[in-house]
Amino acid sequence: MRIYAICVYLFLYIPIGVIALFSFNAGRHASQLQGLSTKWYGKALDNPFVMDALQTSLLVAFVSASLASLFGTMAALALQSVKGPVRTIFDMLIYIAVMIPGIVIGIATLIGLVTLFDQLNPVLAALWPDDAKPPQLRMGMGSLIAAHTMFLMALVIIIVRARLAGMDRTLTEASSDLYATPFGTFWQVTLPMIFPAVLAGFLLSFTFSFDDFIIAFFVAGSETTLPIYVFSSIRRGVTPEINAIGTMVLGASLILLISAQLLLRKGERKAK
Amino acid sequence: MTRRTRTWLLLMPAGTWFLVMLLLPLSVVLVFSFGERAPAGGVVPAFTFEQYANLPARWAAFKNTLTLAPVGTLVSLLIAYPLAYFLAVKVDPKWKTILLVLVIVPFWTSILIRSYAWIFLLGGRGLPALLDWVGIEGVRLINTPFAVLIGIIYGYLPLMVFPIFVSLDRLDKRLLEAAADLGATKWNTFRQITLPLSVPGVATGCLLVFILLMGEFLIPALLGGGKVFFVGNALVDLFLQSRNWAYGSAVAATLVFVMLITVTIYMRLIARLGASRDDVSIM
Repeated sequence: MRIYAICVYLFLYIPIGVIALFSFNAGRHASQLQGLSTKWYGKALDNPFVMDALQTSLLVAFVSASLASLFGTMAALALQSVKGPVRTIFDMLIYIAVMIPGIVIGIATLIGLVTLFDQLNPVLAALWPDDAKPPQLRMGMGSLIAAHTMFLMALVIIIVRARLAGMDRTLTEASSDLYATPFGTFWQVTLPMIFPAVLAGFLLSFTFSFDDFIIAFFVAGSETTLPIYVFSSIRRGVTPEINAIGTMVLGASLILLISAQLLLRKGERKAK
Repeated sequence: MTRRTRTWLLLMPAGTWFLVMLLLPLSVVLVFSFGERAPAGGVVPAFTFEQYANLPARWAAFKNTLTLAPVGTLVSLLIAYPLAYFLAVKVDPKWKTILLVLVIVPFWTSILIRSYAWIFLLGGRGLPALLDWVGIEGVRLINTPFAVLIGIIYGYLPLMVFPIFVSLDRLDKRLLEAAADLGATKWNTFRQITLPLSVPGVATGCLLVFILLMGEFLIPALLGGGKVFFVGNALVDLFLQSRNWAYGSAVAATLVFVMLITVTIYMRLIARLGASRDDVSIM
């Protein structure tokens, strides 16, 4: 049994290890190890396309994770006291957002927004003063952030709701019995208790957005995110540079994920 | 500000976002799937079933998805169950958490890069070269259904282990002791106590993996090399290469429909097995 477990762990970690090992390859060929060096990391970090894509990915991940954490937490708080059809509708929306495959979300957002923009652009042009060039709505960073925020919001609502459900309700009741305003109760009682969950939700959302390929592939327009860059490079052939980028991405996600885990655990302990 | 207004204000942004970014786009897909292809690449509004009648043209993609998704789910289950059992029952509690985290963490990292690792390992200079060296020659691994299956298992194994672990971990260990005291063999204890009590975890794991596999694009794109393609690959082709939105919408709508049907049948079967549905989150 123990040997079996070791084999499964090897299966899970050998491929990652091989990528990491070959990223330190000194040679030019991806699959022949010829001494160790960090030169491919330097090459990757000097590549303007990589840096551009990285910047786009970080910006998109940061903005959509922030928006999703804010709006998702707001909705989770409100849903606590809502019953009836509104709650059913929200439950269904979250269920749909999580159930529908990412690729269908990507396609739907692409054709939905293009159709919407086709309707809105002439209106905008008509409303605009004659001498100025009217703005054109098109697919790009904005649509990508909007699409990611939608999906991540569902994730944040699920995480924060789980935290709220495990929370001791007598505390908020005591707070309002002691004449705290609703905002005071929120600020001094509820927020400190759900904060670890919100932060964990933010970190998970950030990783999700940063690693997402399929939605971005459809809705990013002319923008290139890091996964899109990596995907198109892989299509052109395997290089040590991709290994270096991959290792950095995996390393960064590992750090974020472990922080999220620790936060969730800490939050659980605090609430007990 | 009344309680009611406050609730509405809090729900507003999320509600609007879901409306514009989820419901509107999905409705457009549904509407377009009944439309006709416009010469310029858009869609002419119409009400025709022409696109749906054309679905058999992409039958191979549906066939591949509907074989490899269940097979991948089943193989993942067979590999995941013993590991989950080991983690929940056998392992020293001191090590439990860290070992479990080690299984789950890969799932949350980039599936693109993890699948890429297998291009590397299964490609000409990877495992085939190694096999060549020990005397087995001419093995081709990359761009085969086998490669796609490996990628699937590698990608989704963590998602299968976790729910099974949770249901086994919750199991009252005294039941196992009682069974042993009453003279049950190990195998009988497993078959009559452990296995039935882990059904909810198995059901959740299979459901999660199956749902994700139905919409898979990356793994077949990277490891199947255009020979083993899923519905997801057909969709990318239809929307980004041939720009046939009407037909693509019909394929997408059918995919979601097939998913709903399979999941509903599956839930019914599980309910009939007498297992209570167990909500297990991914982390």
